[in-house]
Amino acid sequence: MSNIINIEHDRVSNTTATDFPGYSANGEYAWDLENFKKNFQLNISYLTQRTANFDLVGIDTSIANAFRRIMIAEVPSVAAEYVYIFNNTSVIQDEVLAHRIGLVPLKVDPDMLTWIDPNAEEEDKFTDENTIVLSLDVACTKNPNAIPGNNDPENLYRNSNVYARDLKFEPNGRQVTQFANCPVVPCDPDILIAKLRPNQEISLRVHCVLGIGADHAKFSPVSTASYRLLPTIDILEPITGDDAVKFQKCFPSGVIGIDSNGAAYVADARKDTVSREVLRHKEFEGKVKLGRKRDHFIFNVESTGAMPPEEIFYKSIRVLKTKAEYLRNCPIGNM
Amino acid sequence: MSREGFVPPTAANLGNAASGIQTMKDYGVKYICAQCAVNFSLSPKEPVRCKECGHRVLYKARTKRMVQFEAR
Repeated sequence: MSNIINIEHDRVSNTTATDFPGYSANGEYAWDLENFKKNFQLNISYLTQRTANFDLVGIDTSIANAFRRIMIAEVPSVAAEYVYIFNNTSVIQDEVLAHRIGLVPLKVDPDMLTWIDPNAEEEDKFTDENTIVLSLDVACTKNPNAIPGNNDPENLYRNSNVYARDLKFEPNGRQVTQFANCPVVPCDPDILIAKLRPNQEISLRVHCVLGIGADHAKFSPVSTASYRLLPTIDILEPITGDDAVKFQKCFPSGVIGIDSNGAAYVADARKDTVSREVLRHKEFEGKVKLGRKRDHFIFNVESTGAMPPEEIFYKSIRVLKTKAEYLRNCPIGNM
Repeated sequence: MSREGFVPPTAANLGNAASGIQTMKDYGVKYICAQCAVNFSLSPKEPVRCKECGHRVLYKARTKRMVQFEAR
């Protein structure tokens, strides 16, 4: 059975995989680890501080999707959880302000903190091992040196905008030495938290703890983690002349090239968005076949900044391994 | 982090006025003038008026009591 998913003008066919145990595609009845090792590929297209783009080839959808879901919802990261407001005379309500602060991504290595014990007494709950304290104290005043005629709030007032960078880290106990080289700061210092006018003031303290994205999106270490299948384009009959130019325009730039004979050829199918525009035109009917490779996953992982994207992917593998290990040791499985 | 809770009144913490003692203590509540934004305090018997501009609309200042929120 072909490993290509067919994309037709009105439907998608051949979508189900058959490489599961018990299916005899080519006389082999079992999923084979050695076979998998031989065929599996990991190709990295690019890695930056915030984004990673890589291909997983020769893997089942269930596993690839598990990695994606774990990266979004189960890799732990640190976010603000408790906000203690001493004073807030700004126009933004206390609970809305607390929520906004919670969503600010923080540059903290989650491995430096331990999990909080939800059953502990309120006094013993927060220690220097599991909590990071941030404080925000901003008061807006009039700018005595304001340039006349300029009605920009930035000119008229001081501290009229409260940014994420105004959250100041307060190291406690052993954090003084532990975080000496990597003080806790927001990943993006320019996030606008609130706006103030003279005589308005915000004074609060934040406790940041470990959590997972399944609990709240603020704990998710990725802004997006997604995959798509590698597109395939098969030109069945030669397309030449003006048709070739029209054919080229049916795809994003760079997907189709035209050679010296004026015939269209597939330059880079990876760049295709699979818009199916080409299938709407009568002249290309039967001349082209669109598809996607079933076991070729192009991952795109965008980190919020706390961890490099590749670390998030490694951690998702570790989480999946622990889950499998747990399942194997489960009493039900051993009966 | 403990929160301030309700403390039942006893002879020790009962206010001076409630226990009948007269002192010169400032009972003033803090207000902010709606017109000139000046901060001042008023005692219970004083007229509701700004001390600077005489405006009669006043705002109460927010208490400094801590409030806990979950960032959710």
